Amino acid sequence: MNRSGSKGWLGALPLLAFFALVFGVPAIALVAGAFTADGRPSLANLSQSLQGGYLVAMLGSVKLSAVVALLGAVLGTFLAYAVVTSRLTFLREAVLTASGVLANFGGVPLAFFWIATLGNSGVVSGLVGLPSGSLYTFWGLVVTYLYFSIPLMVLVMAPALDGLRPQWREAAANNGATAWHYWRFVALPVLTPSMLGGVVLLFGSAFSAYATANAMVGTVVPLVTLKIASALTGDVLIGYENIALALSLDMVVVAGLVMAIYLPLQKRSSRWLH
Amino acid sequence: MAALTGLERVSGGSSRPRVWRGAVFLLAAAYFLIPLGASLWYTIYTPATGVSFAAYGSLWTADGFVPSLLLSLSLAVATIVLVLLLALPAMLAVRLFAPRLRPLMEVLCTLPLVVPPITFVAGIGTSLRTGTDVLAPTPFWATLIAVQDPAFPVVLVLAYVVLVLPFVYRSLDAGLRTMDVRTLVEAARNLGASWPYVLVRVVVPNLRSALASASFLTLALVLGEYTVASLLGYEPFAVWIVTVAGSKGQLSVAVSIISLLLIWLLLLAVSSAFGKEKGK
Repeated sequence: MNRSGSKGWLGALPLLAFFALVFGVPAIALVAGAFTADGRPSLANLSQSLQGGYLVAMLGSVKLSAVVALLGAVLGTFLAYAVVTSRLTFLREAVLTASGVLANFGGVPLAFFWIATLGNSGVVSGLVGLPSGSLYTFWGLVVTYLYFSIPLMVLVMAPALDGLRPQWREAAANNGATAWHYWRFVALPVLTPSMLGGVVLLFGSAFSAYATANAMVGTVVPLVTLKIASALTGDVLIGYENIALALSLDMVVVAGLVMAIYLPLQKRSSRWLH
Repeated sequence: MAALTGLERVSGGSSRPRVWRGAVFLLAAAYFLIPLGASLWYTIYTPATGVSFAAYGSLWTADGFVPSLLLSLSLAVATIVLVLLLALPAMLAVRLFAPRLRPLMEVLCTLPLVVPPITFVAGIGTSLRTGTDVLAPTPFWATLIAVQDPAFPVVLVLAYVVLVLPFVYRSLDAGLRTMDVRTLVEAARNLGASWPYVLVRVVVPNLRSALASASFLTLALVLGEYTVASLLGYEPFAVWIVTVAGSKGQLSVAVSIISLLLIWLLLLAVSSAFGKEKGK
């Protein structure tokens, strides 16, 4: 086998070559462009991308993603716990199936859903007397993003909550632990890696979202993805492309930091829950 | 009271948790169902004409609907073929001959998840522009132009392959776990089967459901993809919806409802593909 297949690893070559070309070349172009101004190597783009309106947009994106991640994690965990402890099998199945669908429901259609509901001529906004334009704000985006973030958290947390053995609770009770002790010293430590992993996943998906925000708020709410898009499509002066590249580099750094937290956690969470 | 086998479910003992649970379900139902119902109502009711399903009927005749949908579907098919042709041999090779490449493969196939699509587009756009300038005197220039043909933008297929790689990798990895690849391939090779024969008649049939789910996930992703296509200036389905939304609000919401149904159907197909495998 080994002799006959000594060249077998060549099967991996097309994918590696493809990746080097289609992912590697744009990555190099991105970094090179971010460090070039007026044809010369320079840090001007990067420093400019961390100033003024660009900094506001970056902070706006981070704040939006953090709020969505925390709210989505808390609400999603509650919903997952309600589902997991429910004895109604059909309800459990229904919620988990719906979560699978809604966690994948993003992009442009999601924006139109909420515009039809709470937008200026929306069906519900008239009924509840919502002031004009209140959907097209920071909190409007939060409400919209939670529509896929909560289901995503349910999908992350349901298996983790399922993995909590009833025996652990009983063993704790036999040793004189109260419900609070059980949660504080047994359940939460076991759940923490999954929860943090979920928070990071939610943060990442909200941080990189562009289509929903673009279709819904345009440029009303400053977000880094919207800034990159407007710098790329050239409705500003020429030469701003490299600022878009610098902003992109900032984004990759933030997303990379976030993933660097996520991946080790995901490995740890599988220790108890199997 | 004590669970003996560990198979019993924990039951909420007192009645208080049940009230709490009911409240959680009610709130969740309100938050998730109201936009659904409101959007449906939005598409079928106008004060002027009353209830009518015209928005759904006008969809098929709307300007640009058929071309953009056909473009998205053909992009999806090309992406599925290319990503499977690249990923399947690579994953088999790593499993059978080069286990040491495995960590590299895992990192490469996770990387596209870390990089926000919009930054990927920024990189692609820049490389295409510099590429066109640098390669202008060489024959590669024509290739670069052909890749950006608006009738069938190959560049989108290439980008989509990268974007779906993490999902394809995961489904194929799950599928490969359920079979003993090494034994199967060794047995077939010892009996004199050629490599292409092994691949087509031994490996692929065993991976049918994993391949199906990878394909459905890719289809769902490509049909809904907006960021890459719109910033590179093409008009597949998701971009067309935004274009049409400006003039026809009802139509765009109707398309949104249809796309939710489509995601539901595709995920149903994925879960039934994996359900069959478990049943075997």
